Amino acid sequence: MEIFDLTVYQLKEMMEKGTITAREITSVVLARIRQFDADIRAYVTVTEEDALAAAQEVDQRRKDGEKLPPLAGIPLGLKDNICTKGVRTTCSSHMLDNFIPPYNATVVEKLNKCGAVLTGKLNMDEFAMGSTTEFSAFFPTHNPWDLERVPGGSSGGPAAAVAAGEAIYALGSDTGGSARQPASFCGIVGMKPTYGLISRSGVVPFASSLDQVGTLTKDVRDCALVLNAIAGHDPKDNASAAVDIPDYTTFLTGNIKGKKIGVPKEQLGDRLDPRVADVFKKALDKLEELGAVVDECSFPHAASAVPAYHIIAPAEASSNLARFDGVRYGYRAVPDDGKEYDLLEMYMKTRGEGFGPEVKRRIMMGTYVLSSGCYEKFYLKALKVRTLIRNEYQRLFQDYDVLVTPTSPYLPFRLGDEVDDPLELYHSDSYTIPVNMAGLPAISLPCGFAEGLPVGMQLIAPAFAEGRILQVAHAFEQNTPYHQQRPPLKEKKGSES
Amino acid sequence: MKLTREEVRQVAVLARLALNEEEFNELYGKFNEVLEFVETINNIDTENVEPTYYLMPVQNVWRSDEAHQPLAPEDVFLDAPERDGSFFKVPRIL
Amino acid sequence: MGKYEAVIGLEVHVELRTRTKAFCSCPNEFGSEPNTNVCPICLGMPGALPVLNESLLEYGIRTGLALNCKIAQFCKFDRKNYFYPDLPKAYQISQYDLPLCRSGYLDVETEEGARSIGINRVHMEEDAGKLMHGEGKADFSLVDLNRGGVPLLEIVTEPDIKTPEEARLFLENLKTILEYLDVSDCKMEEGSLRCDANISLRPAGTDIFNTKVEIKNMNSFRAVQRALEDEMERQYALYESGESPVPETRGWDESTGSTIVMRSKEEASDYRYFPDPDLAPVVLTREKVEQIKETLPELPAARKQRFVEEYDIPAYDAGVLTSSQELADYFEECLEGYNDPKKVSNWVMVEFLRLLNTNNMDVQEAKLTPSHLVEMLQLMEKGTISGKIAKTVFEEMFTTGKRALTVVEEKGLMQISDEDQLAGIVDQVLAEHPEVVEDYRKGKKKALGFLVGQVMKITRGKANPQMVNKLLLSRIQ
Repeated sequence: MEIFDLTVYQLKEMMEKGTITAREITSVVLARIRQFDADIRAYVTVTEEDALAAAQEVDQRRKDGEKLPPLAGIPLGLKDNICTKGVRTTCSSHMLDNFIPPYNATVVEKLNKCGAVLTGKLNMDEFAMGSTTEFSAFFPTHNPWDLERVPGGSSGGPAAAVAAGEAIYALGSDTGGSARQPASFCGIVGMKPTYGLISRSGVVPFASSLDQVGTLTKDVRDCALVLNAIAGHDPKDNASAAVDIPDYTTFLTGNIKGKKIGVPKEQLGDRLDPRVADVFKKALDKLEELGAVVDECSFPHAASAVPAYHIIAPAEASSNLARFDGVRYGYRAVPDDGKEYDLLEMYMKTRGEGFGPEVKRRIMMGTYVLSSGCYEKFYLKALKVRTLIRNEYQRLFQDYDVLVTPTSPYLPFRLGDEVDDPLELYHSDSYTIPVNMAGLPAISLPCGFAEGLPVGMQLIAPAFAEGRILQVAHAFEQNTPYHQQRPPLKEKKGSES
Repeated sequence: MKLTREEVRQVAVLARLALNEEEFNELYGKFNEVLEFVETINNIDTENVEPTYYLMPVQNVWRSDEAHQPLAPEDVFLDAPERDGSFFKVPRIL
Repeated sequence: MGKYEAVIGLEVHVELRTRTKAFCSCPNEFGSEPNTNVCPICLGMPGALPVLNESLLEYGIRTGLALNCKIAQFCKFDRKNYFYPDLPKAYQISQYDLPLCRSGYLDVETEEGARSIGINRVHMEEDAGKLMHGEGKADFSLVDLNRGGVPLLEIVTEPDIKTPEEARLFLENLKTILEYLDVSDCKMEEGSLRCDANISLRPAGTDIFNTKVEIKNMNSFRAVQRALEDEMERQYALYESGESPVPETRGWDESTGSTIVMRSKEEASDYRYFPDPDLAPVVLTREKVEQIKETLPELPAARKQRFVEEYDIPAYDAGVLTSSQELADYFEECLEGYNDPKKVSNWVMVEFLRLLNTNNMDVQEAKLTPSHLVEMLQLMEKGTISGKIAKTVFEEMFTTGKRALTVVEEKGLMQISDEDQLAGIVDQVLAEHPEVVEDYRKGKKKALGFLVGQVMKITRGKANPQMVNKLLLSRIQ
């Protein structure tokens, strides 16, 4: 394997043994970006100089005999909705084209303390609204496994970058599956932790009660290492839980004998692509073979999670995105006829021009469901459905240690195929959305391939039981080869020109 | 339930979104399509079910009343579209 | 007008004098350079999250308790969504259906006796920034966000108020209470206390609710009363001419002494309230509320009552003395050194308040402290100075802050009680005014006063008046 194909853990071991330096690793990753990102288009901003300087500093500290955390000197990319002080943070929106935050997200502060090396900011669906990264206002990102296909979304940039070796790991965000689904489409591991495990401070919100920072890594051990670094209480975020953070690597025992695993049958219904179903069934067989007890179970309200989500998320988004008004930062519309807008025109044009079509659709829906006369029928009703979903999970976790579903019912779409059909896209998240509605932790990990495209499996656990899904995921991974497979990238743009 | 074009236009004003004719036409159809879909939750029986207002596992989160250094002026206006001295500048409000 | 009565409700916004803002740690200061007390949270920058200031909650509970409210065991924050350049997030963090305090009351003394005004609710919220509009035809406005995020309490009364005067009395009482609680500066001119009013008229004695009109832009308690009086007349004239008021918001114009339409209610915004998912709910135990209750100071009404009973002074005097906590404290501190409530109250209410008013000063600013007054009263009692001289001494102490004895010595104001010395002066006066002595002897008793005056003139007021009287009488009778 090449350097860019290695994991955090492998590179850390090598650096500790002195067989490679952070600067060398960073140079390799930057070269990889230069070579392939014209095809993949994962990066919105590459921070080459800062990355090399940060790597050099880590090397110096190591040389000085300092004991460094596992993430020290390892290059990572951040989804472009995670605020970085002094580095443009766009949310892949024209609204924030030139927005330079004067603050770091808490996760960035934590990573900086670890000596992490940031190679840049990664593409996404505008303001994290979408499942294909085609709603980026700048350009779509391509799936490294098949450049004609989408990498999933909204964390398509982070997932594609990690899969293509353009970053060793990445952070994304996950509001309805935005870290897990692209992980599944790109053949890597994506974790959405429990709501409240990771600080949301400095992460540009989409839907505050659903958003959580997610990790994108090449395997489960890396996921545990990254979680170790970024989890924990933050007084800046009310939702942040004051829980003890275990060392997540201690759960990687390889043993899952007797673990009770439930498979909600409602999530194996009509929409499931038979090719995905095939791969998923084999994965279930594997889990049984490893000693787990796999059982079909019932989750009748699963289907109602999607419409309820598409009320709650846009409602919160309509309010969260109201601050983009052209007054203090961000885009402001200016008339091209030399005249001046009045205040209302300035607001309407700024927001009309600054936001893309999907963001506008969701703001419209959110505004409507909260407006006078609609609150009870839509918003309050959706909050009640949310209670039903939480209750159902609670019931299921009395009988099962973890639940398992395919991460997405579909294989990665072809670019342009689904972008015009919002409902179809909304349904493509139907296995991941219920998890956010209940605030639970879930992971997507590679469980096989169909027609050369990766298929992901989702494991779900009760709140703050990240260790449990890491344990099952790790055991599965140790006994399957999928996580070691890398996309067969050949330069396209280079040969064309 | 479908919203009329006029109703959807009113929502756009409430949301402060200027939409050109083409954009509006496209959005109008999709808006009603999605609305019809999300309305299906009204088929679910939620009698005696309490709403989940908060997912956060906590209550009573507050900080002590101690001042921190505010943002430096150069950072306050770092991203400002238009400023006038130490003010943000906007079209006149009447 | 007699056949109609007014139905008035008030909505009062009080800026709290916490050290920091409601949901961020920026200083809560009035009068700083524009946009210097701001941070990513109160600028509404993306990803910045609010965290509740403990003092906002505590001040809210204190206020609720002082207004006899029920304190909620569970309350939450909601977002009130609307676009305006002084509102950075385009939503105000407020409380909608579950406010911190509910169902209280405040008693006011009116000419017709005591009236209890119901308090519907007290809730926590954040203030907006300030807008400055360009001069003349300028086509821009300027935004200063220093005030954005400053903690507010919104206090909403029931529509229990029956006259504009009652509204003013309510506000004065409320202000005194808030000052006693030390939660706000209550300066209407600086905007730290703002009041909007709702008013409708109805046939006297009925309990119907007619169309109400909202009045804004009143910048003093007096203005509230005047605006309501003006609006009562306007609505009265409408009803009398067979018309009715329309639901609208009107602004008070101090210069013309009338209200003008600001906006009609049909244009009312749709605020799309919903629970703020960024702020955890607040759950209050009985113990926590009791703890705060124990820290409440004695409130004006109770203190006034105690002054009447304990010091045996008239209710009016007790009312004046307790109208501010500083003044009441001042009074009681004086009593600790000189236990004659009537005498002390007289000096404090008459001389001290007069000098404060003329000099436009607060009690705390006065150089004349309670111990100054006590020492002066002791000098009077010992006969070192007369009551007349005391006024001079008092004014001098007020101006310079010097002690009473120093003033007396420096200015040679010591009372002359030496009989021999006074006898000489008395004889001199009698010799100079034989015709007055004659008048007196003919029965014109007032003539004595003239003679006393002459002695005082010569001694520049320092003669012991009793002694002068005695000496004069012994010679002319």
